[in-house]
Amino acid sequence: MSNLVSALDKATDHSGIAHIEEIGLQGMITLRGDLSAAAVKKAATTATGVKMPAQNMANHDGASGICWMSTDELLILRPYDTVADTLAKMHKALGETHGLAVDVSDARACLRVSGPNAREVMAKLAPVDLSTTGFTTGMFRRTRLAQVAAAFWMVDEQTFQIVCFRSNAQYVFDLLKVAAQAGSEVGYIK
Amino acid sequence: MSTRLATGGRLLNKSKALNFSFNGTTLKGFEGDTLASALLANDQVLMGRSFKYHRPRGVVASGSEEPNGLVNLGEGGKFEPNQRVTTTELFDGLKAKSQNHWPSLEFDVGAVNAKLSRFMPAGFYYKMFIHPRSFWKHVYEPIIRHAAGLGAAPTERDADTYEHFYAFCDVLIVGGGIAGLQAAKAAAATGAKVILVEQTAHLGGRAPVDGGTVEGQSAADFITSTVAELEAMDSVTIRTRMMGSGVYDHGYVLGYERLTDHAPEMSGPRHRLWRIRAAQTITATGAIERPLSFAGNDIPGVMLASAIRDYAVNFGVSSGDRTVVVTNNDDAYRTAIALKHAGLDVPVILDARPAGTESDLMAQAKALGIRIMMGHGIASVKGGKRVTGVEVCAQAGEGAVLEEIACDAVAMSGGWSPVVHLWSHCGGKLMWDDTQASFRPDPNRPPLGDKGQAFVRAAGSANGEMTLSAILTDATACGAAAAKAAGFKEAAVKAPSADEPVERAMNPVWLMPQAAGYKLRSKAWLDYQNDVKVSDVQLAAQEGFTSVEHAKRYTTLGMATDQGKLSNINGLAILSDALNQPIPQTGTTTFRPPYTPISMGSIGGEARGDVFQPIRRTPMYDWHEANGADWEPVGQWRRPYAYVRDGETVHDAVMRETKNTRENLGLLDASTLGKLIVQGPDAGKFLDMLYTNMMSTLKVGKCRYGLMCSENGFLIDDGVVARVGENKFLCHTTTGGAETIHGHMEEWLQTEWWDWDVYVANVTEQYAQVAVVGPNARKALEALGGMDVSAEALGFMEWADGTLGGFDVRAYRISFSGELSYEIAVPASQGQAFWDALVKVGADLSAMPYGTECLHILRAEKGFIMIGDETDGTVIPQDLGLHWAISKKKEDFLGKRAQQREHMVSDERWKLVGLETVDGSTLPDGAYAVGEGTNANGQRNMIGRVTSSYHSPSLDRGIAMGLVLHGPSRMGEVITFPGTDGKDYQAKIVNAVFYDPEGEKQNV
Repeated sequence: MSNLVSALDKATDHSGIAHIEEIGLQGMITLRGDLSAAAVKKAATTATGVKMPAQNMANHDGASGICWMSTDELLILRPYDTVADTLAKMHKALGETHGLAVDVSDARACLRVSGPNAREVMAKLAPVDLSTTGFTTGMFRRTRLAQVAAAFWMVDEQTFQIVCFRSNAQYVFDLLKVAAQAGSEVGYIK
Repeated sequence: MSTRLATGGRLLNKSKALNFSFNGTTLKGFEGDTLASALLANDQVLMGRSFKYHRPRGVVASGSEEPNGLVNLGEGGKFEPNQRVTTTELFDGLKAKSQNHWPSLEFDVGAVNAKLSRFMPAGFYYKMFIHPRSFWKHVYEPIIRHAAGLGAAPTERDADTYEHFYAFCDVLIVGGGIAGLQAAKAAAATGAKVILVEQTAHLGGRAPVDGGTVEGQSAADFITSTVAELEAMDSVTIRTRMMGSGVYDHGYVLGYERLTDHAPEMSGPRHRLWRIRAAQTITATGAIERPLSFAGNDIPGVMLASAIRDYAVNFGVSSGDRTVVVTNNDDAYRTAIALKHAGLDVPVILDARPAGTESDLMAQAKALGIRIMMGHGIASVKGGKRVTGVEVCAQAGEGAVLEEIACDAVAMSGGWSPVVHLWSHCGGKLMWDDTQASFRPDPNRPPLGDKGQAFVRAAGSANGEMTLSAILTDATACGAAAAKAAGFKEAAVKAPSADEPVERAMNPVWLMPQAAGYKLRSKAWLDYQNDVKVSDVQLAAQEGFTSVEHAKRYTTLGMATDQGKLSNINGLAILSDALNQPIPQTGTTTFRPPYTPISMGSIGGEARGDVFQPIRRTPMYDWHEANGADWEPVGQWRRPYAYVRDGETVHDAVMRETKNTRENLGLLDASTLGKLIVQGPDAGKFLDMLYTNMMSTLKVGKCRYGLMCSENGFLIDDGVVARVGENKFLCHTTTGGAETIHGHMEEWLQTEWWDWDVYVANVTEQYAQVAVVGPNARKALEALGGMDVSAEALGFMEWADGTLGGFDVRAYRISFSGELSYEIAVPASQGQAFWDALVKVGADLSAMPYGTECLHILRAEKGFIMIGDETDGTVIPQDLGLHWAISKKKEDFLGKRAQQREHMVSDERWKLVGLETVDGSTLPDGAYAVGEGTNANGQRNMIGRVTSSYHSPSLDRGIAMGLVLHGPSRMGEVITFPGTDGKDYQAKIVNAVFYDPEGEKQNV
């Protein structure tokens, strides 16, 4: 539908020491349930085609993935236009098992920070060990960026993907711009 | 005079001259200078005035402990007061102004205070300004405020930017002197990840100045090679111009990095506050030399012996042509020797220790032809704005002058105190070292981590080790131990061997001469910055301030911006002597972060300007902005208060919007309302516990208004619940309640009803929600086309899924206005498009967007309560006449038992009523109603207060709600609300439903 607009309509900024972009619409489903229950696991894995992640980890395959949010919550990633079908599949897989699968695609925004300084830009905002050994691809962290909640993982060695609340998208974008201001390389993370 | 020497200056780049100005005069310095060394090089010894007596003051120290050399630095958006000249690196174009004087540095009217100093003893302000009480606010305080303060306050917005940075390491070392470097080497050898921070621009600390040899190399060469080794290691990070500012629980350490202070033309942030998590922290923070307490020890030209040596060796600056050295230890001899080598005159070394063994350094000084007077000290320093000479006396006596020696500088040394601040920040304890007369870290009582483990260690002179070989041995062991404690296998790093002169022990000297009389003691300064003298501390003790913390506050000793780095131990010793108890029994005051003041900007970090606070935006935010929204903050959200048109006031806009919504059609962006999905077999049971009314009986497709109370019975939230499936509810919360009610639900589910099968998800932001309100509401939806929204198909308090104008929507037939009203939810990504579609079809139906103030008026006209207006955390639903929404059938719900408490069922509770002013004016919001008589405090008795008050355009008069004592049984009575404007407002108690009491308008 042409009237679909993501929070920042794919805004970008390349003026600083890292590239910042809002990546548009990403399908997201919150799945709550007993993560050891077969039906819950099946709901997550059949919907995405990736394996269940361990604690604080995420598995991805393109726009699909499973992120570990808490002991009883997963974030399911799917292409935006397949969310309704995915939800139907998940509900089928859940069957009578107690769980909650709900579309949160529009409640969130996704941004990316990339470039050789991406780790340091993020380390200015998130109280997370973002050294090359401390945070690697495959890891997933729910934390904060300055004053708001956010979660992120690394798409590749130089790219972070951030999920934040839609209403905070502009704040997070502006924050990242400040953190990436010219001349602000830290030179700590090697 | 003080001047630049032809030789020396190991930190200078003499090929790069820099211009700077001091009090408007242009001066020259070199790259590598500090502002202090550059000023001294220009014979600018007088640098400021003291705080209380406005005494002339010059620089005393060469590092961050400096109490006197404070200046106003920079201009405009770069202005900053109280900057220490000793830690300000010189740059081209630097502008500094001295502070705390009027009209000028050279001539200061306030100096008359010094003449009156005997009338301004310790506790002067407390004693003087206590009576009469009323004088404090209007007479004393303004005068004192005018006189007080060091630097000026900035008048412009800070032009710089700042940031935070989170770092993690195994071993953090604070201090880049020889101990810190050696500890880093030992720790890094194990494979541990090491960060070493040094507050100055240079590594090596004092060692290159103080000399000695390490493994056959000079100390300076050893440092160079150690630094090179460390820099080659990937696991080691060395940062200069970064101070370890504070140590906190769980290995959290703040590092204050000054990025562009030395080069303001650089881009990027000015300061970076590092927030470091370190498994182990080593404080290799060195030691600070103590001044000696003799009369006139604050006259410009009297400096620490180590500082005079630093200026000569590091910056090629002589602090004077003739320097008298006064000491109680061997170290000051190094200064005498260094000055002699620089070709300067040292007329005498006054050594307070009795004659005895001659140490290596004494012999060296003697060999250079320097006169040494053992057992002697200074009775008094001569001079005003500059030292002109010293009067020599025997240390043992009362200060009878034996001889006067002309000089223009005095190098004093009272021994060295380990810098124990960072060790102490998080609970590390100290022990008293008698031989060095100093407190030092007690290794048996370190700061403890979560498992009871030591997480801070002190190394080198910060640990009380004062000789080069002991420092290196201690630092090596400390680095290895820290790495081991951080979980690394030991690696054998041998402590390098060092050669240095053997020193004779120091003798503690707390007062010079030992039996100085009052006259001398009242000119012997302890705290330079706050003007506290030996006599003040003695007076405090005499007046009963025997606790060190009390004496500190009474005398202000150590309370200035330098936090008593030079004065504390000397002050403690004087206090102990006055109390006739040993120093350790007196103890120290508490060491608190930051080590030296850090900029407010660095604490704020990135949080300024656009990102000072998160502003939450709905999907239609930009449209509102483009259409005249006057914003209101609602939590972190920004909601339009009203849409102001050209030529309108905000009030006009609110009146127009309210009238139009009642008569035609209003559109409200209601996206911020909380939306929580509650799902599971026990969802109904769960909601029955959370809401005061019954939710489990709600039919799918229906909505019900509900109240939520805390377990103490107080109303915390309200909203409409829709049953969207057999086991699935959607609970609307207030805008501010979305996160807190979500948390409230999770808390009860996780801690109390963990065995109930319920999951909650916050889907507030998934939807853009638009309230379509007014007589034309249905027509607007019909114009969009799609689902049946007729009264028959979608009754009041029902919801249905369908499409409108091609959008997938969920339509709720609910009303917070008393009008025919729908709330339409669409996915947030389509929110703007849907809003546009409504605006388009609304054009023919006189649609106008409306803001939160209109919303408030509409609900108040109907007597609907608002959480936060009618409630304030002390109000229960019964106070608001909401008995109808409190189930009597339910066995339990949160708040039920609390609402049965005696006080909750009391007839004396204020109850909700409507209030109508007699003259139609609008009651002041929050005004209190007064009753008969007065209370125990002689205040008029209160009988109620206004909770909401508006001008109603529909009724063309003021309407209000309020909580009033016995309100519902006093209908028709007129009560009085005194306003803060001096007027009394008379209001009649009426029913709170002012508009359409039968509810005919919403049921069409």
